[in-house]
Amino acid sequence: MTEIIVVTSGKGGVGKTTTSASLSCGLARRGKKVAVIDFDIGLRNLDLIMGCERRVVYDFVNVIQGECTLKQALIKDKRLETLFVLAASQTRDKDALTSEGVRRVFDELTAEGFDYIVCDSPAGIEKGAHLAMYFADRAVVVVNPEVSSVRDSDRILGLLSSKTKRAENGDGKVREHLLLTRYSPKRVAVGEMMSVGDVKEILGLDVVGVVPESVDVLAASNAGTPVILKEDSDVSRAYEDAVSRLLGETVPLRFVDEPKKGFFARMFGA
Amino acid sequence: MGLLALFRRSPPSAHVAKERLRIIIQQERDKRGGGPDYIPLMRRELLEVIRKYVNVDPAAVQINVEREDGQEILEFSVALPEKAR
Repeated sequence: MTEIIVVTSGKGGVGKTTTSASLSCGLARRGKKVAVIDFDIGLRNLDLIMGCERRVVYDFVNVIQGECTLKQALIKDKRLETLFVLAASQTRDKDALTSEGVRRVFDELTAEGFDYIVCDSPAGIEKGAHLAMYFADRAVVVVNPEVSSVRDSDRILGLLSSKTKRAENGDGKVREHLLLTRYSPKRVAVGEMMSVGDVKEILGLDVVGVVPESVDVLAASNAGTPVILKEDSDVSRAYEDAVSRLLGETVPLRFVDEPKKGFFARMFGA
Repeated sequence: MGLLALFRRSPPSAHVAKERLRIIIQQERDKRGGGPDYIPLMRRELLEVIRKYVNVDPAAVQINVEREDGQEILEFSVALPEKAR
């Protein structure tokens, strides 16, 4: 069975592409056959984060318009045997993406025996974002612990429960998961940042992952290596935990509490 | 956290963020469906009536529909401006 996962958020810049890349790598590293698709038509970026930008010959829209086969457009990852990337088109015509076209691509991936299709949604609530979520079985909602991001993700939750194939056909809800990024336990501890519990309570979602704020994310994107592949990094461990939870394992949350400080550190420390 | 922080009075900003989100998200969810659709109009009309007597700010009028144990509670609050008190 092929499972379709949309990585979405509403707000831009919260870490959708970083998350799509890392979850896809994590699933593939456990032997799952994974296709990760960039739905941000006109603003291709997943290829850069995956480090395959120079290998893009054909894109998603080329496949939909029949200008090449799906096999020709799927870029096989150089690190992981079972991971494939489908790049977004750089055409400015957003109507190039059609519901029927997306469905055909998904049907073909299903027939090819893919275990997971990960859809990297664009920001906003326009066509690209709509089509990225339309066929989804599950949604990973990426949120920063910050007011505008939380509000926008609640809009997205509204769309997931009304504007998806599952909602329209009444065949069960899209399973929604919360993934917090740029989390700073230190700032949470002093009341400068909403906690996991706060965001969870406001949105009413189960938490699939909490990714700490870290310099590792920029370093990984600079290098074109999904951050989950970085060794000895809390971000990579946090994404690995999220992959475990997506696969149904129960894993305790890490990196959400600040290490306890002694008396002098509390009085005089920064 | 240094010495000064121990004397800080104002509520932590995360708490403010959470309360603001709780209110606005509830309102937006009501608008999207499930909730009564007369709320925006009622809010406007109530505001007009109140303004005949007191010059309140639109943000000072809060209407919420809360659901608890199968009951719906219409909660209405008006914060009067400093001068009116």
